[in-house]
Amino acid sequence: MRELTYGQGIKEGMRIKMLENPDVFIFGEDVGLFGGCFGVTAGLFEEFGEKRVRDTPISEGAIIGAAVGAAAVGLRPIPELMFVDFATVGMDQLVNQAAKMRYMFGGKLKLPMVVRLPSGGGVAAAAQHSQSLEAWFTHVPGLKVVYPSNAQDAIGLMLTAIDDDNPVIYLENKTLYAVAGQVEDEVKPIPLGKANIKREGSDVTIITYGKQVYDSLKAAEILEKDGIDVEVIDLRSLYPLDTEAIFESVKKTHKVVIVSEEAKRGSYAGELAAIIADECFYECDAPIKRVCALNTPIPFSGNLEAYVLPNADDVVQAIKSLF
Amino acid sequence: MKISNETIIEMYEKMVKIRKFENRALNLFAEGQFGGFVHLYIGEEAVATGVCEGLREDDFITSTHRGHGHIIAKGGDLKYMMAELYGKDTGYCKGKGGSMHIADATKGILGANGIVGAGHNIATGAALGIQYKGTDQVCACFFGDASTNQSTFHEGLNLASTWKLPVVFVCENNGYGISVSQARHQNITDISQRAVSYNIPGITVDGNDVFAVYEAVSEAVARARKGQGPTLIECKTYRWRGHFEGDPTVYRPEGELEQWKKKDPIPRLEKYMLENQVMTQDEIDKLNAKIDALVEEAVDFAQASKFPDVSSAVEDVYTDIVEEGRSR
Repeated sequence: MRELTYGQGIKEGMRIKMLENPDVFIFGEDVGLFGGCFGVTAGLFEEFGEKRVRDTPISEGAIIGAAVGAAAVGLRPIPELMFVDFATVGMDQLVNQAAKMRYMFGGKLKLPMVVRLPSGGGVAAAAQHSQSLEAWFTHVPGLKVVYPSNAQDAIGLMLTAIDDDNPVIYLENKTLYAVAGQVEDEVKPIPLGKANIKREGSDVTIITYGKQVYDSLKAAEILEKDGIDVEVIDLRSLYPLDTEAIFESVKKTHKVVIVSEEAKRGSYAGELAAIIADECFYECDAPIKRVCALNTPIPFSGNLEAYVLPNADDVVQAIKSLF
Repeated sequence: MKISNETIIEMYEKMVKIRKFENRALNLFAEGQFGGFVHLYIGEEAVATGVCEGLREDDFITSTHRGHGHIIAKGGDLKYMMAELYGKDTGYCKGKGGSMHIADATKGILGANGIVGAGHNIATGAALGIQYKGTDQVCACFFGDASTNQSTFHEGLNLASTWKLPVVFVCENNGYGISVSQARHQNITDISQRAVSYNIPGITVDGNDVFAVYEAVSEAVARARKGQGPTLIECKTYRWRGHFEGDPTVYRPEGELEQWKKKDPIPRLEKYMLENQVMTQDEIDKLNAKIDALVEEAVDFAQASKFPDVSSAVEDVYTDIVEEGRSR
């Protein structure tokens, strides 16, 4: 085992594949010389050169569109947008082009590309640099969506995502970049659609991903003192979704709390609640709860932002309300 | 530029193929044989033909919602195209795309596209792929006058010119963005002027003169193959039909269509061929009859084909995941 940060994990995943496959290359805003807005690609420009680690103009439509075109002619591009919020500018290329070309063309084209999108709040970046937009991407047939919570998963999911023949949205939480974790010496690819049970428990299931895995584990520790035994599932992959792991856990605990950083209205958390209600309604002996951000844009001022975003205490409260 | 007789005949054949395919599609649509949005290219045939004649088979194109002409000119098969218009299982897209989304990766056709301006960036990406792999292929990007007001036009041309990517940007200026005339949608007359912003060559040609288009494209393709970057070629032309079939075209000034019909690119080329002994009238007639037969064969093929099994609706979303269908 060794210690790596989440950001280093993302980089290691890309680096392994770049060494292995000359068709893999990176481009985006400030990913080259500058090393990436959050330093994730630092050193890759020096190692692989300008051809494979390219700085682009600030031009999100061109970044995603160029990835679509390059993938269509046989490459495996990894475009990065500096913040998930900027995906709005390249949304046609993601939603109408990347996600639909294979289907519209009768399955005769494949578009292997991994779109890296730093997400989430907590860094005083305000409303246009702090969103959690996973619901938009999971909503669109044709896209796969992953969201690692730690360095080991960041590597394993990246290895799989790059080898995938479909467009994969790779969401990263920007407050986790510097968080260190234990990583196996040789990380294996993690299949998409395979959740990780971070903590086993028998009284209530938390379904979560990304940064909220940490909040949820903290809540579980607090609740342990109150005699509530919490299971925490880290989804890792939002689509495909490990429904089996979710249903199994619900059948065991009969109570569910879903934790995400999205604005609650229209959230992916809501979709998870609906799936559980559809398939496991009679297994639940309490309402399915969602702990999310408030339905506001993310504010700047530290106290306001902390108030809007969910935290471990909110999770504790939600769980207590079920008992 | 000396153009061989063989090339001229090939271009004539392509133009007639496009015209006859579309005239037949127009009638079939009017008969209610198939539905959907059908955007016809009649009147603009010299553009697709002149451009694709300047490309190799292993070059790429991106097309538009008005794509039949581009697909045919790049070597698309009329049978599979017609079957796709009918929504049949044997169509290019197995009935999943229809008129607006025909693609054939084996011929370098990266797809017609229902989003105005989407091709600028995709073509730029295909050219990035070409440059990355180090081949001397090119990608031609077809788009209309109105799409040059989309941000994608600027983004695509900016990136392609900055990175010297092998793209030929082909603007089909047919004078209208749906119902809005060029004078009402932009403050310029010659779209080729916009090339100045990207420090690339920009040229305006008569889009109804297939030789003019072919020559301009050949030069642009040669530059692109040498790594000298993109070119913007504006082809001034006119669409005879409405934006889509069923468009009453109330926005056209009286007499405008008639004026443009006098500049029909097909009789213009016929006249040249006869005057220069490229083909005799008899040979022209025979070629026309052969194309009529091809179109009828395509219609027969489409009509005889099956509609796709409904279970296929959930296929082809991903390479490896098929979601559950309905139980009915």
